[in-house]
Amino acid sequence: MTYLESFGRYLLFLRSCFRPPDKWRMFWRSLLMEVYKMGNDSFGIVSIISTFIGAVAVIQFGSQLQGSLVPMTILGRIVRDANILEFSPTITALVMAGKIGSNIASEIGTMKVSEQIDALEIMGVNAASYVVLPKIIAALISVPALVTYSMFLANVGGAISCYFSEIVTVDMFIQGLRMDFDPFFITHALTKAFFSAFLIATISAHNGYQTEGGALEVGSASTKAVVQSCISIIFFDYILTQLMLYK
Amino acid sequence: MIELKDITKSFDGRPVLKNVSATFKKGKCSFVIGASGGGKSVLMKCMVGLLEPDSGIIDFDNRDFLRLDYYQKKKLRQEIGMLFQGGALFDSLSVEDNVAFPLRMFTTMGKSEILDRVNFCLKRVKLDNANKLFPSNISGGMKKRVGIARAIALNPKYLFCDEPNSGLDPLTSRVIDELIMEITEEYDITTIVNSHDIKSVFDMGDHIVFIYKGESLWEGNKDNLRDSGNPQLAEFIKASEF
Repeated sequence: MTYLESFGRYLLFLRSCFRPPDKWRMFWRSLLMEVYKMGNDSFGIVSIISTFIGAVAVIQFGSQLQGSLVPMTILGRIVRDANILEFSPTITALVMAGKIGSNIASEIGTMKVSEQIDALEIMGVNAASYVVLPKIIAALISVPALVTYSMFLANVGGAISCYFSEIVTVDMFIQGLRMDFDPFFITHALTKAFFSAFLIATISAHNGYQTEGGALEVGSASTKAVVQSCISIIFFDYILTQLMLYK
Repeated sequence: MIELKDITKSFDGRPVLKNVSATFKKGKCSFVIGASGGGKSVLMKCMVGLLEPDSGIIDFDNRDFLRLDYYQKKKLRQEIGMLFQGGALFDSLSVEDNVAFPLRMFTTMGKSEILDRVNFCLKRVKLDNANKLFPSNISGGMKKRVGIARAIALNPKYLFCDEPNSGLDPLTSRVIDELIMEITEEYDITTIVNSHDIKSVFDMGDHIVFIYKGESLWEGNKDNLRDSGNPQLAEFIKASEF
């Protein structure tokens, strides 16, 4: 009953977030700020993680293939598909859940406990729409963009790893990267990225919005937001993979 | 004028407000007083629409707040100014932007008109040179004054003040009280103040409602406060003065 109740609250919260903004000019301004904040601040961490994921993937898959009869050019293809289908969309989303999810929850939670949300409501501003909607749209823009960037960088990381480890030559790796490319995999990855972005922003905002009390509760809301976002991302990762790859 | 009729509110079956009725007149400074946990804040939250009462009528100049639709409520809320206990200023905005916020949100005023209005409101609360400061850089008393400036930016018809003196020294409290009093008279606003501060009540209480354990036990003014004949109120005044 508690889970159902809280899911119901989440849906009602979403309904209030998706009301049209009171002033479009202010909405666009805060949307741009949020996109910059989410994208720019996560750029570094996504770059580092993606490069290393690609590099490690080459070593791990390479070690499995060594000594087998399979031609080593396949390594590029395996790493590319693993990066595009799973590593980049899922790991970037999990990193973003930790970074922007906790940020959204603590920012909105602090606004709630310091009565700033109440002040907005009393003024006649739809606080959920004013504070949360730009964050949801910004996440829907920046997470897929970062996932796309991560897919590219993970493959670059793979090439760098080939150069240093000499498992295969860089040329062979690139030959594998170009082998039998299915553009639908990009659609699949971006669909997962959109779902993840929506889940991160809405779950974190909802946790922040429900905060009552003080600093301790803000911290707890932030932790809950990250945990719930991560679980939802993994769960939807499974569902979407099942639905999209096994038709 | 704001009229409350039989307002009832309970949380998890525990009644917090029991049939509270009161009338708050235009141009007067009305006080809701009572001990902590007595239901004053819940009553104020019901009046401004942050909580929905279980039953009763909240009437703003013949507009029943609880029966208005979403857009009518939004419109009415633009006539309400509220001063919060902690100021509730937007941390990420400067003093100027805090006061300008409702103007940018709800008016079609140009940049220079907004700036003029902001400067006027800040001057009115004696904060002429604080435009570029941020809430984290100003004192508690200044935060309250910025809160008042923001509350009056849209020329409200109703002003709600939740514990305006809490956490302030006696001198600053006096300044805030005087400001609330002056603004109420100057703009002919219906002002409702939640307070424990019995000195403010005796100084400014044109109309006083005493709430005790969720019930409205007494209504009157500062002149007959001491002779209320209500033992709970007498006890409250005695304890506050002590």
